[in-house]
Amino acid sequence: MEPKNHHLKAILAPVRKVSTGDYLLWGALLALLLAGAGAWTWQFIEGLGITGMNRPVYWGVYITNFVFFIGLAHSGTFISAILRIAGQSWRAPLTRAAEAITLFSLPFGAGSIIIDMGHPERIFNLLFYGRYQSPILWDVTAVSLYMLSSIVFFYLSLIPDIALCRDRLTDAPRWQRRMYELLALGWNHSPEQYQRLEKVLDGMAVFMTMLVVTVHTVVSWLFGMTVQPGWHTALIGPFFLLGAILSGTAAVVIVLALLRKVYKLEKVLHLGLFNSLRKLLITFVLGWLYMMIAEHLTIGYSSMTEEMVVLTDKFSGTYATIFWGMAALVFGIPLLVFLFKGRNNVGWMVFACVLVNLGMWLERYIVIIPTEVSPRMLTVMGQGSYLPALPEILITVACFAGMALLYAVFTRFFPIVPIWETAQELPGHAHAAQVSPAVTGD
Amino acid sequence: MPRWGMVIDLDKCFACQSCTAACRMENNTPPAGKDQAGMGRAILWNEVLPFVEGEYPNVKATMLPRPCMHCDNPACIKVCPVQATYKNEEGLVLVDYDRCIGCRMCTVACPYAVRYFNWFAPEWPEDLKAHLNPEPEVQPRPKGVVEKCTFCVQRLRKARETAEAEGRTFQATDYVPACVQTCTGHARYFGDLDDPDSLVSKLAHSPRAFRMFEELGTQPKVFYLKQG
Repeated sequence: MEPKNHHLKAILAPVRKVSTGDYLLWGALLALLLAGAGAWTWQFIEGLGITGMNRPVYWGVYITNFVFFIGLAHSGTFISAILRIAGQSWRAPLTRAAEAITLFSLPFGAGSIIIDMGHPERIFNLLFYGRYQSPILWDVTAVSLYMLSSIVFFYLSLIPDIALCRDRLTDAPRWQRRMYELLALGWNHSPEQYQRLEKVLDGMAVFMTMLVVTVHTVVSWLFGMTVQPGWHTALIGPFFLLGAILSGTAAVVIVLALLRKVYKLEKVLHLGLFNSLRKLLITFVLGWLYMMIAEHLTIGYSSMTEEMVVLTDKFSGTYATIFWGMAALVFGIPLLVFLFKGRNNVGWMVFACVLVNLGMWLERYIVIIPTEVSPRMLTVMGQGSYLPALPEILITVACFAGMALLYAVFTRFFPIVPIWETAQELPGHAHAAQVSPAVTGD
Repeated sequence: MPRWGMVIDLDKCFACQSCTAACRMENNTPPAGKDQAGMGRAILWNEVLPFVEGEYPNVKATMLPRPCMHCDNPACIKVCPVQATYKNEEGLVLVDYDRCIGCRMCTVACPYAVRYFNWFAPEWPEDLKAHLNPEPEVQPRPKGVVEKCTFCVQRLRKARETAEAEGRTFQATDYVPACVQTCTGHARYFGDLDDPDSLVSKLAHSPRAFRMFEELGTQPKVFYLKQG
C-alpha cells in the first residue's frame, strides 16, 4: 500500500518534465562551472601566484568559501536532524529541500580546500603521512564523515519516494525508469519497512546532530588553534557554529521560496513554514549578535597590543566598511525585516535571507583576512594587503553555480518535497502522519 | 647530539644585508622580481627587518636580522597535516619538499613569518643560473611548496663528511651557516646550545640576551643580544 498524500500530483509535477527553460538554465550554470574549472586548471599549471594571495595573506577567498559552504551545509542537518529529535513535525515538507542544500554545498566546501592547495595531486599524503595533531586533518576527517553520513541520511529518506516514482512515472524515459528501479532497492511500502526506516533515521539524527556541532567547530579551529591575534579565542568555535546555522537556515528560506514559485508548490510549501523559520531566524540573529558583542568586548576591554591592531583595523581601519556593512547585512537590516515585515510575507523574508547570506560570507572574510594582514610581526613587516584576483572570482562564482546546478537538476528527477513524510496516511502508522496545518499569521 | 642555536648581537649588526645575500646564493632562493616583491612574494630565508619604535623626533630604529628561529616547540610542526615539516634530532626544523601539499597552514601559524611559499615555479636570470649551489639539499624547490631557512643543513653534512675524510671526530665548531660565516660585523654566533662551554651557550645566558615573542612559548633557538 502506497502512502496517501493529497499533494502527490503537485509534488510529482516538476519531476515529470524537463523544459527548455531548464536546459537553458543548466547550460548557463554549467558554463559558469566550466569557467571555474578552467581557472583552476590555469592555476594548477601556473601556480597559486595567479591569485591575489601573498605574504602575509596566505589564505584568501578559497578558505572563505570553504568556511561559508560548510556553514551553508548546516541547514539540512539542522532542519532534518536537530528538529527531528526535538519532535518539530512542522518541518516535514521542507526536510528534503534543506538536506539537498547540505548535500550540494558540501562538495564545494570540501573542494575549496583542495583548490587552495599548492599541490592538490598530493592529497593522498593526508592518508599516508597524516599527523592528527593538525587541525587540517581534523577538518578532513570531520568533513568527509559529514559528507558520507549526509549522503546516507539523504538517500535513506529518499527511498520510499523513489519507489513512488518507479510506480507512478511509467511514462518517463527508459533510463530514468531503470534508475528509479535500481535506486528504490525493491521498496514495496510495507509497514515493516516504514517502521524500520523511521528507526534508522531517528538513530542517525542523533549521530548527525553530534557531527554537525563538531564539523563547524573544527572548521573554526583551523584558525583558533594558532596563536594569531583575532583568531586565538575559545569563542571562535561556537561563533562559527551559530553563524553556520544562521546562514544555513536563511538559505532554506531562499530555496523554499524559489521552489514554491517555480514548481508551483504553494500549497505544500505553505506560508506557515516561512513563519516558523522566521522565528528560528530571529533567535539565531540575536544569538549571533550576542556572540559578536561577547567576542569583541572581551578583546577591546582587555586591549592587548597585537589584538587591538586587528580590532581597530576592523572597527575603524582598512576593513571598517566591510565590517560594519557585514553587521548591517547579517544583523541590522534582517532583524528589522524579520520582526516587522517578514510575517506572512515571502518576499521580505527572501530579501532579508539574501542579505544574511551575503553578510555571512563577508563575516567569514572579515574573520580571516584582517588577522593575516596584521600579523604579530606587523611592526617589522609592515601591514599586508589582499584583493582577490580573477581566478579566485571565477572559481567562487563557479562554486555557487555548481551548487545551483546540482540542485536544479536534482529537483527535475526526484521529488523535492518528501511524499511519504508529508503523507496523511502511512503504512504501518496507527495515526495519520502529522502534517502541520497551513497556519497563516501564527 | 648537538642542539644548534644562533645568537645575533644587535650592537654589532649594521644592517649591511650581506647575510641575506649569502643566504640567497647558498640556498638557491629565486629572485622574485620587482612586481612580485611588491606583492610581498619575495623569498628571503634570512631578512634584515627595520624595527621602528616611536614617532619623530623620538624615534628608535633597530635593524633585526631574522632567520628561522628553529623553535624547540614550533607552531609550524604541530599544524602540518602530512608531517612534511619536522624537527630533526639536532633541533633543526626542516621541510620535506616532496611531501608538502601546499596548504600553507604552517605559514599562517608561524608567528615569526619565516616560512615562504612558492607562488610560481622558481626562475633565475641566465647569469645567476650558472652560479646555483649544486648541493642536493638546496635544489630549486617546485612551485606550490613551502620553504624556509634550514641553518644550511647542507653545510652541516659537508662538515661531517670532511671530518670523516680527515679521520677526526666532528666538532660543533666545524660548521656554521652561510649567514654566520659572511657576517661583516661578526654579529652572528653559531654553535651547540647544549654545550655549556660553547660561545653561543654563554652568550645565550648573557643578561643582554632575549628571544622574540618569548611569551608564546615557542622556545626559539635564535637569541638576540639587546642593543645599547
